[in-house]
Amino acid sequence: MNQRINKHPIIDIPLRQKIKFFYNGKEFFGFEGETIASALHAAGITKLSESIKHHRPRGFYCAIGNCSSCFMRVDGKPNVKTCVEPLRENMVVENQEGRGSII
Amino acid sequence: MLKISGVPSNKDIDQVFPSQERLEKGPVVIVECFETIPCNPCYTACHVGGIQAFKDITDLPTIDFEKCNGCTMCISSCPGLAIMVIDYSYHKDYVKMMIPYEFYPLPKEGEWIKGLDRRGAEVVKVKVLSVKNTKYQDKTQVITIAVPKAHYKKIRNIEAGDSNAKS
Amino acid sequence: MIHTDILIIGGGPSGLCAAIAAAKSGAEVMLVERSQYFGGQLVKQTHMFFGSEKQYAATRGFDIGKKLVEEVKNSDNIKIFHSTTALGIYEDGVVTLEQKFESEEIYLKVQAKSLIVTTGALEKSLPFPNNDLPGIYGAGAVQTLMNEYLVKPGKRVLMVGAGNIGLIISYQLLQAGVEVAGIIDASPRIGGYLVHASKIRRSGVPIFTGYTIVKAEGTDHLEKATIAKVDQHWKPIPGTEKEMNVDVMCISVGLTPSSAFFWQGGCEMEYVRELGGYVPKRNRYLRTTVGNIYVAGDSAGIEEASSAMVEGSIAGLAASHDLGFVYEGYNREIEELLQELEGLRGGEKGIHIRRGYNKVGF
Repeated sequence: MNQRINKHPIIDIPLRQKIKFFYNGKEFFGFEGETIASALHAAGITKLSESIKHHRPRGFYCAIGNCSSCFMRVDGKPNVKTCVEPLRENMVVENQEGRGSII
Repeated sequence: MLKISGVPSNKDIDQVFPSQERLEKGPVVIVECFETIPCNPCYTACHVGGIQAFKDITDLPTIDFEKCNGCTMCISSCPGLAIMVIDYSYHKDYVKMMIPYEFYPLPKEGEWIKGLDRRGAEVVKVKVLSVKNTKYQDKTQVITIAVPKAHYKKIRNIEAGDSNAKS
Repeated sequence: MIHTDILIIGGGPSGLCAAIAAAKSGAEVMLVERSQYFGGQLVKQTHMFFGSEKQYAATRGFDIGKKLVEEVKNSDNIKIFHSTTALGIYEDGVVTLEQKFESEEIYLKVQAKSLIVTTGALEKSLPFPNNDLPGIYGAGAVQTLMNEYLVKPGKRVLMVGAGNIGLIISYQLLQAGVEVAGIIDASPRIGGYLVHASKIRRSGVPIFTGYTIVKAEGTDHLEKATIAKVDQHWKPIPGTEKEMNVDVMCISVGLTPSSAFFWQGGCEMEYVRELGGYVPKRNRYLRTTVGNIYVAGDSAGIEEASSAMVEGSIAGLAASHDLGFVYEGYNREIEELLQELEGLRGGEKGIHIRRGYNKVGF
């Protein structure tokens, strides 16, 4: 599933550098200047986390770093707000278990 | 009706139309602005005094239909896309309408496309006469269409090619 | 410890205008913004703004953002910090910041003579079964996704809320090539500008006033939404349910001011429904009850971005003036700005806002 906007009546679509990253061990591509959550969304991945107690699926909600719905483990670090965290080359992104631990 | 569904009634539309006599003289502006919101770029865009000065920024625009020459400068300046220009004198069977448009794909000159009413329903096929996008318009295209006279008062939008709302 | 005359928290429309205004008198200004970009929500506003020429009317929001950022960057008196989150304000007035560099963070302390808080607002949510399913997003979040990152939220959208945000984002969804199944609002009338409603309506999108969301369904993602008519007590009427196959639902039921800093700073607060929630009391120059803390923009009360910009300019001028910085045009400019603000709050749509502001003066 590709959800990219390639043509827009108002916004000029910029040429952007492709960026490789890993999600749960698989290789994905996104673009420079976007966030982890937007790159995943473009690839059709909308479930980013699970609620801690009832394991309900969660996506992002605010996309500007206000809520905590998009927490993931990024390069081993838990509770990263993926909706605002810029995508970087070779990032390792994973769904996190529970509250996340640093050990 | 307008406040419930977003569709202005025939009565609302009649209120912003000039007299038949003025319509027949040539191009003239129709401003479908029915609410006192803080906004006056239509006045700023008008250089012939057709849209009169605002006392308060929340006033509804006051049109002097005699001064308005239908130049279309105000169409793309309206943030609400509420302005169009009508030339009733264009042809004995057709009215020329200039409407703002901000979607892809753009219609092509010479093609017949769907003319939509204020609910977005197809009324009649209309012919695209020109597609204008100058720097001044800042991406709000002004599309000129020829509309059969029997339907002109209903037409307010177009659907070009595969509607991008449905693609 | 960093020392500065004025620290501005939040680099959105009001923060940018506050910085520009404050720097005019020669005050040293520090502007911090948690995102990697300045401009706040202007960055994703692809539509033309209302107002008058003074507030850049008929210019698209993102272009206004670019102009303001340019102006801020050209000022020698303004130091800007992006990717920098203000963490807290302490009893001695020290503000702590976390600045991010890729995956590293550094911790900064700032002692400012005055503080202007322009932290904006948060999107509200709505309680209904399965409202936490992926596919159900704040409307502003969807606007960020498509207009900033150029990604479509999905195929078919239900918009909940017919205020300006709901209407504008519905239109922008169409522009991005996404189908909008409909816009619902529990209120019997459209809350946003009618010109926005009309332009969406004539693109074929139905607006259902007097309808609410009953439930959402789906396993790992939204698949279906049920809406129903409401009675005069805003309760769903049994038998009026409609099912809609949608994979995205946008919630645009209003914003609430981001007020944490005012609480922490000890400002006297007031709950004002018309302004979206708790806001600090302030005088006409936007000074709160804590003498050196000023407020502007949506954190002062939910309004249009044009008002946020004017408020930012007022707070910026006032804050530097109160610190003793002399700017020749001060009296004339601030009076003009106050008049502009009054103008923007005029008319039918301004009644609500005017009522709200009457409750927060001191």
